[in-house]
Order: sequence, then structure tokens, then C-alpha cells
Amino acid sequence: MADKSQGTGGLTFDKSKRSWPNELNILLALVIIIVIFEIIGQTAPYMRGQSFLFDTRDRFDSIFNEARLQIIILQVAIIGIIALGVTQVIITAGIDLSSGPLVAATAMIAMSFAQTELVNSNPNPKAIFGVWAMDLPVIIPVVIGITFGAFIGAINGTFIAFFRIPPFIATLGMFLICRGIALWWSNGQPVSFPTDSYKFIGSGMMPVVWFLSLAVVFHIIMRYTVYGKHTYAIGSNEEAARMSGINVKRHKVLVYMIAAMLAAFAGVVLSSKGATAQAGMGEFYELFAIAMAVIGGISLTGGRGSIIGTVLGAMVIGVIRSGFTYVKLDGSYQLVAMGAIIIAAVVLDQYRQRNRA
Amino acid sequence: MSVEFVLKTENLTKHYGGVHALEGANFELRKGEHVAIMGDNGAGKSTFVRQITGVEQRTSGRVWLYGEEVNFSGPLEAREHGIETVFQTLALADDLDVPDNLFLGRERTFADWLGPFRLLDYRSMRQSTLDALNRTGVKIPNIRNTIQNMSGGQRQCVAIARTATFHSKLTIMDEPTAALGVQETAQVENIIRTLKAEGEPLILISHNMRQVMDLVDRIVVFRRGRICANLRKEETNGEDIVAYITGAKTQPGYEDAL
Repeated sequence: MADKSQGTGGLTFDKSKRSWPNELNILLALVIIIVIFEIIGQTAPYMRGQSFLFDTRDRFDSIFNEARLQIIILQVAIIGIIALGVTQVIITAGIDLSSGPLVAATAMIAMSFAQTELVNSNPNPKAIFGVWAMDLPVIIPVVIGITFGAFIGAINGTFIAFFRIPPFIATLGMFLICRGIALWWSNGQPVSFPTDSYKFIGSGMMPVVWFLSLAVVFHIIMRYTVYGKHTYAIGSNEEAARMSGINVKRHKVLVYMIAAMLAAFAGVVLSSKGATAQAGMGEFYELFAIAMAVIGGISLTGGRGSIIGTVLGAMVIGVIRSGFTYVKLDGSYQLVAMGAIIIAAVVLDQYRQRNRA
Repeated sequence: MSVEFVLKTENLTKHYGGVHALEGANFELRKGEHVAIMGDNGAGKSTFVRQITGVEQRTSGRVWLYGEEVNFSGPLEAREHGIETVFQTLALADDLDVPDNLFLGRERTFADWLGPFRLLDYRSMRQSTLDALNRTGVKIPNIRNTIQNMSGGQRQCVAIARTATFHSKLTIMDEPTAALGVQETAQVENIIRTLKAEGEPLILISHNMRQVMDLVDRIVVFRRGRICANLRKEETNGEDIVAYITGAKTQPGYEDAL
């Protein structure tokens, strides 16, 4: 759009004058990390000139090492689904620590309604309920799982918005409660042997399909709908939002519900992917989800951050994970590097904010 | 009650414990009229405004808005009845841009059947923002800037432009230029003149004598919680007003003011 200076003193709406989007910085960081791994691969003596990103087997039809690209995104897709919800919560200046255990609890509950009656012509050895809960249509366990998530999210949101419990405390309590529910549900026994249609939800690249399509949906919601605008407004200045007529309490409950429903869906996908549900699933998922959002440029004080940023943050974590495996460095180095990158992301962001002000 | 009055209060009183912050205020505002409220610190100016806008609940007294008796439970309800207030602390969302702030809480949307996920009509809101800012003569380099990148004066202008955009029934400004520079003050005063030209009623709290004499039709002086004078601009001058503020003079009819 051309410059549209208006009559009185340079009043403009000029798209090209929009400030440098934060997301480009993360994309730049992502590219730099990939280049570093590529250089290490090409030059380090023990790597024998392998390529991190490109195909080295001289196939006609491929330029990139597709298997690696798939792994990069597949291994962060499920936590990425959680991160989409966590992003919305953090934009309201809240936090959600309960998502990891909620993944486990939902996996247990949903899987109980997704079991097959017969395993190799024998009765299902891990059956939770009677035959009535066997071989149900796949929609039933999915809806039950997401409904459970919505219920947990509504409790989170209600305590935070109406009883004014700090989000950290409310969701920390829910963290323990959900882990307890996951253990109690089957007395610590794993729940296994789902129907084929349930297995399909998390099979192959399906987690990536879910992650990316949900990312597109929530990107649109956060940027182009009233829900998104009010979420940013509440995180930016809650008092101003209230004075502007936004029902802040109701909106917060909705945000925590959506976040918990996304975490619950991640639980469904995870249990489907592994064809089993265990009470210990999803350990540290909540923290990795927060890390993705933080690397993606979110502000823990609220009002700032985006779905695109979080998706890029997830990609950074995915690239680091497979990059360290690729250069044959131990998992312990991975954790150190990831921790350093999270801190560096925040330091750089603060520096940038200060310079702009 | 005649609809000739935009706002009318009768015996409006507010006690904070034993402190009588506001005592028996009888105030009238006619259609299209701009009235300034002046007085020393602690005279009850802001207390008076807080009772009208529902920020606080009055101890006693009655308030009519356009002839209808009102009893606001909070600032939101006052706003729904068309009272727009620019508070000393600005109610803007720092991370949002100008159109977002102007339309916060009353966004223009389409596909309303989507409920909370109804879509924002950015184009229309941007155009209206440009119109409103042009109408009020506010100069902001780029309306897509977020509020945090703006100067104090620009922020104040956005806050005031918001009240001017929606043709409120009554605009109240509590010291809108207290923290502004010369040019920015001029801009805010321009907006106030625009409101006057459009016949929108205004209550202005200000310490700036020149500004008050310049902008309003009538001056109401508060002293120690009571109204002590109600002066037409043409019949008074700065010295006179100072005499009322300091207590050297009291207008006939307001003798119970201390």
C-alpha cells in the first residue's frame, strides 16, 4: 500500500511502516542454528562431510534430507499442540503448569474408552471397563478426553479469575491433582490396546498435521477475532480492558479452558501414537511448552507474543534436539544447550525492548 | 425532570468515614454546554466526578442523566449510559495500536454467529480511526504504532480521541493536560473545541486558568467539599475565580460553603 498521508500532519496508515516483526528474529535464529549444525557436519573430521539438512544420497527427487525434517517437527508436534494453548494463557499474563499431567490424565481416561474387546482373539488384558466401553466409535474417547480437559481448564480459570488465586499457584495445584487422577484412574496400571481408528489419530505424521492445522486455526483466531484482541488487551492492561467493557473474568476462564482442551487433545494424540497410556506420561511437557513460547518471543508479563512465534520456538527446540543427535553429542549437552537458548532468547528480547523504548 | 439538563445532581454527598469530601452538591449541565470545575487540591473536584461515573458509591443525593435518574454500580455501567471519562491514569492497552485501543470492547465485527470468535473488521475500524483523528486534529505519525511507542501527549490524545469518536452523551476530563507540553496541550484543547462545535457536553477539571477561560461556558468552583460559586465566563475573570477558590469570596446563594 502506498503512503497515505492524511491532511493534518502526517497521519498515516502505512503497512510498510510497521515495526520489524519479532517473529523474523526467531526465524533468523533458527536459520543460524541450522547453519551451525550444517557447518559442523561438513567440516568436523568425525562427521565425514555429512549434511544436516540436505540429501547426501544423490537421489533425483529430493534436495533435503526429508527424514530428518520429518523427525525435527514430529518430535515437537505434540508438545507444540500444548504450547499453542500455553501461548494464549501467557499472553493474558498468566501461566499454565498443569498441562503435562493433564496430558497423562486425559490419555488414561480417553484410552479407557478406546480399547478393543479382543487382542489376538483373547480378551483385552488391560481392560478398564466392561465390554460396553469396547470398540466404541473413535469420536467418543476423543470427545470424552477434550471434555475432561475443558472441565479442568474451567476449574483453573474459575479459581484464577473469580477467586483471584495467582495462576502459578492455581495451576501448580492442578498439576498435582491431574497427576493424581492419572495414577488413580487405573491404580498406576497402563491402559493399552486401542482400536485401529484411535491408533490412526497419532500415527505417522498425523501429530504434525494436527499441530500445524491447529496452529493455523489459532493464528487466525488470535489475530483476526474478538477473542484474540481481548486476550492481548487483558495481558496488556487488565484494568483498561475492564474499563473498556470486556468481561475479563469470563474471558480468562475461556482462555484457560481452550489451553486445557489443547493439552487434552495432545494427550489423546500422544496415547494414540504410543498405543498406550501411562500415568507418568507428559513429564516436563508443561515446561517445554512454556519454553517454546518463550523462545518464540512471548512476554511473561503479558500482551506480547504470537502463535507464529511459538511455532518457530517449537522448531528451534526440534532442530536443537535432532542437531545434537546428528553431531553425536550426548543428551545431557542437549539440555544444557536448550537451557542456554531459552535464557539467551529472553536476554536478547529484553535488550531489544529496552532499545526500542 | 426536564430533559433540558444533560446532568443534574441534587445534594450529592460523599463521606469517607468522618471526612466530608463532598457535601450537598447541586450541579446542572445543559445541552451542549462545557463546564469547568475548579478548586484547590482536596476541594472535592475528583470526588464529585467519581460519584457521577460510578467509580465510588455516593453517601447520599440523587443524580439524573438526560432526565432519567441513574444510580451506577460501576464505571462500566456509566459508560454504557454514554458517560465517557478520561481519567488522570490513562486506560490504554500498551501493546495494542491506535484503532485497537479506540475500539477496545466495542470492536466492529462480522460473522457475529461465531460468538467470541467473530471476526474483526479491521478496515472499517482503521478508516474510522483516521476520520476521528482527522476530525480532532490529532497528529500521530502512524496509527499502527503500539501505544508503548508513543509520547505522553500522543497517548493522551488517543485516550481523548476515543471519547470523541463515539459521540458520548457526556464527556468528563480530569486534568487532561496536567502532564503535557505546550504543543500537546494545544492539541488536546483543539479536541475540546471540536467537541464544543459538535454540541457535545463536557465537564472539564483543570487548574489552568487560561485554558478554562478559553474553553468553557461556565465555571463551578469547589471549596472544602462544597460548591461555592457558579460563574458564567463572561461575568468573571481570573482574579475573581482565584478569590472564590481561596475563600476570599463566596457567591450569594452559596453562603453555607465554609
